[in-house]
Amino acid sequence: MKIFVCIKQVPGISEVKIDPKTNTLIREGIPSIINPHDKHAIELGLSIKEGYGGEVIAISMGPPQTEQALREVLSMGADKAYLLTDRAFAGADTLATSHTLALAIKKLLKEVDNGEKYIVICGTQAIDGDTAQVGPELAEELGIPQITYVLKFQLKGEDLVVVERVFRTEEVVVIETKLPVLISVLKNINTPRTPSMGGIVKAYQEKEVLFLNSEDLGANKADIGLNGSMTEVWKIFIPQRKGDHLILDGTLEEMISKLVNNLKDDKVL
Amino acid sequence: MSIIIDNDLCEGCGVCLSSCPYGGVEILDEIAVFTEDCNLCGACIEACPINAITLVRAERIENVDKTQYKGVWVIAEHYKNEIHKVAFQLLGKGRELSNALNVNLTLVILGDKFDNKLEEIGEYGADEVIYVKSAILKDYYSDLYVSTLTDLITEYKPEIILIGATPTGRDFAPRVAKRLNAGLTADCTGLDIEEETGNLMQTRPTFGGNIMATIRTPSSRPQMATVRPGTFKADKTTKKKVKIIKIEKEFKEKDTVTKIIKIIARQKEKVNLEDAEIIVTGGRGVGSMEGFKIIEELANVLGAELGGSRVPVELNWLGEDRQVGQTGKTVSPKLYIACGISGAIQHLVGMQNSEIIVAINKDPLAPIFQVAHYGIVGDLHKVVPALIEELKKIKSE
Repeated sequence: MKIFVCIKQVPGISEVKIDPKTNTLIREGIPSIINPHDKHAIELGLSIKEGYGGEVIAISMGPPQTEQALREVLSMGADKAYLLTDRAFAGADTLATSHTLALAIKKLLKEVDNGEKYIVICGTQAIDGDTAQVGPELAEELGIPQITYVLKFQLKGEDLVVVERVFRTEEVVVIETKLPVLISVLKNINTPRTPSMGGIVKAYQEKEVLFLNSEDLGANKADIGLNGSMTEVWKIFIPQRKGDHLILDGTLEEMISKLVNNLKDDKVL
Repeated sequence: MSIIIDNDLCEGCGVCLSSCPYGGVEILDEIAVFTEDCNLCGACIEACPINAITLVRAERIENVDKTQYKGVWVIAEHYKNEIHKVAFQLLGKGRELSNALNVNLTLVILGDKFDNKLEEIGEYGADEVIYVKSAILKDYYSDLYVSTLTDLITEYKPEIILIGATPTGRDFAPRVAKRLNAGLTADCTGLDIEEETGNLMQTRPTFGGNIMATIRTPSSRPQMATVRPGTFKADKTTKKKVKIIKIEKEFKEKDTVTKIIKIIARQKEKVNLEDAEIIVTGGRGVGSMEGFKIIEELANVLGAELGGSRVPVELNWLGEDRQVGQTGKTVSPKLYIACGISGAIQHLVGMQNSEIIVAINKDPLAPIFQVAHYGIVGDLHKVVPALIEELKKIKSE
């Protein structure tokens, strides 16, 4: 079985701060990391391989420095890694991104025996864009079913997939389907492993990150990057804060009484 | 499309460097240079103090006849035969958009046993309801939603489609968008019409809310957007007589590739931050799980829901279902009281639409004061008990 895992390298944004004076991002020292959800996707891929056999193939679209992230995936235990990198991929929205990933998966499937079963695993969303769109769009282009927001995954017999997906805050729904399928996972599904020393050595000495550009994928320039994107970023701005900033003064009693009176006037008390 | 720096203007001040979320700019010989990590996002353009950076946009070729697309749609989801409230909130915003465009507002619902519940939708501003009825649609099936909606959209050609950003909406919306080759923007917090073009200007937080992006779909239709529950408000002031279009479908279980085995409860206490009128939250400044007792007491006195920022949730002082912010819930209560929350942008994006915000924090420079309507600079461990006493006094009067 081919187990495709799609990952994204993202800025570790929980550490991004805004400089209050200039209202700009303080970016210094922010590491690039594997998108947190995607680590759980890799873990699921590796555990499927351990249970049922198969090959874990990591795929990422991004600038050349994404190689670091893919090395990390290899050191966790993935068998192969492909980096889809090309200036022509830049500025892609989720439609163009999912198309590029689909081209790579289709190409890799063609290179193997056609009868081989496969599964595609993604993290539900990336912490930078936060759209959760690439997974379902990729499933659509591959023409396979999708199950998103997955909390539990089981493969039964040859190709029966049973998953629990979040349905509402209070409930999960148990769904059955057959391979091939695309699964997008939530963080609660598992605990990603830490690469072992041996794994790290292998990732650098025995395994390769293979680079594929738009030509390798046979991509049509009109369908990738900015050209293939239906949406375009019109404007980017740092949000301006609103609020009356009325800082209450006086003794503790005075501040409390001013606050309560104001809230009464505003009819929220 | 490319991004260009005017080398004559650029002074190498480096503001672009700190504005770039991708690390895609360098300063070489006192001039900014883009590296291969640049993703053409344009954050530096706004940041550049001397306007030395421009984005050259390619001419876009329209891939559809835009004039054929008319009307604003809201896709409803439902559970146990009740329409999810986000649909009514989207009708509120949808009414504004359809008024600006002078077109109809339509609610689309795929379900069963809604025949008697459709008239009331007029109270929320809809002109029309498209009701696809089939017994199997009492539950959510990804593939049936996608095929039914793409067929409807291809037939009726709405120009704008709004969908709740719930686990259901975020499941079918991208797949519908892909099948139609339509632009889709996730988690919009602002939606407006660009006057000359009629384009939907979709504003959303990105990079964890550090940056806002306004996104448009200039050359294609329909324009699809998802919106988180709690972002907009339902409006019951316009009462319309709705036209109901009912389409009966004979779906069978074999028509779907996925099979629902059962629906089970998650082991969680029930928290309803999104519907709460008053929310009291605590942050890192509360100091401990023990410290949350006074925050909880304040919530109880006010009949409020208890919540928190990311730190107390990560430290297990609070359950994760109580987190407000980018990775938690988006809320807009009448009154929001933040205690010991500094106001990281990730928190602010989840609560800044609250009607009245009160901030209690000992650091006068905490960013929370910039969004607060009333601020008290002081130790919450003194201020909160005093506030509880005062509120109890009022109650007893």
